[in-house]
Amino acid sequence: MTIFVLASSAGNVLVWIVWFAAAAACVGSGIAVISFSNPFYSALALIGNLASLAVLYLLLSAEFVAAAQVLVYAGAVMVMFLFVIAYLGGRADAPWAGGPSVNRIAAVVAAAAILVEVLVAIGLKSGHSLSNAASITGSFGSPAEIGRLFLTDHLLAFEITSVVLLIAAVGGVVLGAHARRLQAEEAEEAETAPASPPSRTEPPMEVPAAR
Amino acid sequence: MKGPDVTWYLAVATFMFATGALGVLIRRSPLIVLLSLELMLNACNLALIAFSRLHGNGAGQIFALSVMAVAASEVVVGLGLIVAMARRNLTLDVDKLTTLRG
Repeated sequence: MTIFVLASSAGNVLVWIVWFAAAAACVGSGIAVISFSNPFYSALALIGNLASLAVLYLLLSAEFVAAAQVLVYAGAVMVMFLFVIAYLGGRADAPWAGGPSVNRIAAVVAAAAILVEVLVAIGLKSGHSLSNAASITGSFGSPAEIGRLFLTDHLLAFEITSVVLLIAAVGGVVLGAHARRLQAEEAEEAETAPASPPSRTEPPMEVPAAR
Repeated sequence: MKGPDVTWYLAVATFMFATGALGVLIRRSPLIVLLSLELMLNACNLALIAFSRLHGNGAGQIFALSVMAVAASEVVVGLGLIVAMARRNLTLDVDKLTTLRG
């Protein structure tokens, strides 16, 4: 019996250690995301943040969401980010310019206000309703359970999500095609401009008079 | 429930949300603003999943997955806008895009 209790408390300590490591990685990489001047490093820090969040999800017995987090977020979305940052190259750099201005001080105060406000709201509830977690079955958070919920209770949300993703994909294509057409027009203008050099040297005021 | 209470997860989520909000307000590169937005959305996801565990109800995880889909859409459109800005040779600085201010 004592061995069982010891093993249980050792498991508890282990969970605490894993939680502490993941939470520290989350907070640290979150601060790193907003403090790097090179967006490439910021995106890499966000990947670390998402991976440590997946560990926290596992501790909360949300296995499917943790897997989706790593596959969809840390995989697909961040690769897209890194691709765009690499495409922009040196133009993407965002150096910290200037000293503390009114806007910056106000921004820090606003963020600190959000932090303190929510932490106080959590702390006021921490002893009572936030501490007795419900007992759950083994299938909680499993892919089968998530799929059952998606296709029964939350079918409308599922369908709307698919429409949102479709619209976003079409929007991305439209934005990309528009930018490409603009670039092609500019290239065409650059090609045709040297062919008629006199029109460039004429003063602009004489053009209506000539017509 | 082994390990820390839901309270501790919520505290981490709050800290991440405040960090993301600070990043959105203080940084001027649209890329880092988008990354900070991701940070805020993920903080909300963590809170949703913590509450889902607290009540033993799977609806919170469904919400978190929907938020993930919305975040992916937002990244597609946001990155499309940034690439369009770069192709038109606009400066990548959100403080200098003041055309709509009137």
